[in-house]
Amino acid sequence: MHTELELTTAPEVPIEAECLSPAKIKGLSQSGIEHLAMMHGNRKVRVGDFFRVTGNGQSSLRLEGDLSRVKYIGAGMKEGEVRVNGSAGMHLGAGMSGGVIRVSGDASDWVGPEMSGGRIEVMGNAGHMVGSAYRGQRVGIMGGEILIHGNVKNELGSAMRRGLIAVGGQAGDFVGVNMRAGTIVVMGGMGIRAGAGMVRGSIISFEPVELLPTFTYSCWLRPTFLRFYLCHLGQSGFEIDDDHMGGRYRRYCGDSVEENRGEILVFDSR
Amino acid sequence: MRVGKTEVVDTFAEAFGMWGARVIITADTKNWARAAAQSFTGFATSVIRCKCEAAVECEISDTDTPDLRPGISVLLFAMSEKDMSARLVERIGQCVMTCPTTACYNGLENGTTVPVGQRLRFFGDGHQIAKVVGGRKFWRIPIMGGEFLVDDVFGVQPAIGGGNLLMLGRSGRTALRAASGAADAMRDVAGVFLPFPQGVVGSGSKVGSRYKGMIASTNEAYCPTLRGRVENSALPEGIAAVYEVVVNGLDENALREAMRRGIQAAAERGVDYVSAGNYGGTLGQYKFHLYELLESN
Repeated sequence: MHTELELTTAPEVPIEAECLSPAKIKGLSQSGIEHLAMMHGNRKVRVGDFFRVTGNGQSSLRLEGDLSRVKYIGAGMKEGEVRVNGSAGMHLGAGMSGGVIRVSGDASDWVGPEMSGGRIEVMGNAGHMVGSAYRGQRVGIMGGEILIHGNVKNELGSAMRRGLIAVGGQAGDFVGVNMRAGTIVVMGGMGIRAGAGMVRGSIISFEPVELLPTFTYSCWLRPTFLRFYLCHLGQSGFEIDDDHMGGRYRRYCGDSVEENRGEILVFDSR
Repeated sequence: MRVGKTEVVDTFAEAFGMWGARVIITADTKNWARAAAQSFTGFATSVIRCKCEAAVECEISDTDTPDLRPGISVLLFAMSEKDMSARLVERIGQCVMTCPTTACYNGLENGTTVPVGQRLRFFGDGHQIAKVVGGRKFWRIPIMGGEFLVDDVFGVQPAIGGGNLLMLGRSGRTALRAASGAADAMRDVAGVFLPFPQGVVGSGSKVGSRYKGMIASTNEAYCPTLRGRVENSALPEGIAAVYEVVVNGLDENALREAMRRGIQAAAERGVDYVSAGNYGGTLGQYKFHLYELLESN
């Protein structure tokens, strides 16, 4: 059983809808859900003003329509499931610590900022700052998984501390900038300055990468640990071929302007 | 009770509680995985002197291992949960990590866990890297051959050790053939292992000794050369050799099935008697009556 909310009125300006989370609606009646407050620009509105609600509050929430102007979907969620049949706005799953969010379309900027657990899966593209720290914060995501099947823009996984971020398509510049630890897998190539300022952690690229001079070539290897990640991603719907699974990768360590304990693994097709 | 030409003695095997773990060893090739497993299971026949018991459970194809490389499943039993951690750390550290191209994974998902990778990681001398994927944490330890990968914790569970069958033959060759056949049949049961060489014990022991400091000594009741010399000989006239098959299992059902298959296999090879070792029911928590095993078929 799930609770269904269908967007019936397109918002003129973004809606901040932190209430669209299983923990906020669970146990509420249909009317109770309709009366939950959201911010539409600087105006306080109710869920019922924009959504048609079907069913009582369940731990599984299904959202229908183009929600690209609806921010904070699934923010702070600890359990349950949110499924967006359409696109999602900024700050998707912000601060979540558990549960699953699935978006069939695209997601905007700031997917999963400061999350510490759970899983966000976007079948389309995502914007800037996926899995990143908010401006002024020293540490980004502390755990969980963000899986983007399409492309992402700049600063993927900025300052991330733990967890896994995977991108099936291309990533923009500054992948893993200021990364503390964790793992980023990008399958379709990435922009410049990957790993800038990274302290620890792993960035894996299936395509050649233009690296900063503060990264040093270590060796090539066939990383056993990567097989776990790729098996895991294969089970999540990413296409992983045998070459990437068992192939060799060039390992670069850096960033030497920091502790030089991070690594970038670049698939070597030779 | 007779099974074919074999007399199955109305007795029981006495077994006792242990703790068990399943260790999956993988490597770039099957040969290296085997080499690591062989080393891992060396000197692990009996807790009496080896501190643990271990043997290969089965080989695993490269489609079924955690990292999709050829693998071997190994079972290791010890007397306590605390011992399990110590023995696993020792043997994985000294026998698996030292073997080229290997990695080592937990093979028991349920139950209690003990620290293994989180203790072995110190070999990395600060250069080790922790990774978590799908809720599973493991350690990447940099080594001269590349990297060694090991699970942070390993599952352990209560298990049973000391299941046994005794093969009594009027010729040593007959008894040994029956014991070997029984061991082969028992080894096919999932969740059991036979810790002694080829599964067969040539020098079964009893508890205690006349000598201080010996916790076990020769089982004179089953020594053919002592028949007529000792009062408690359990051997019928004409028995020339007795071989024991010791079997440990992760659970009682697996052990029962293994012992049942062992009796059948021994009988098919025409051994004179199949019996079992016990301590009068005073030592072990588990009793496996041979007749009951056969009747459960």
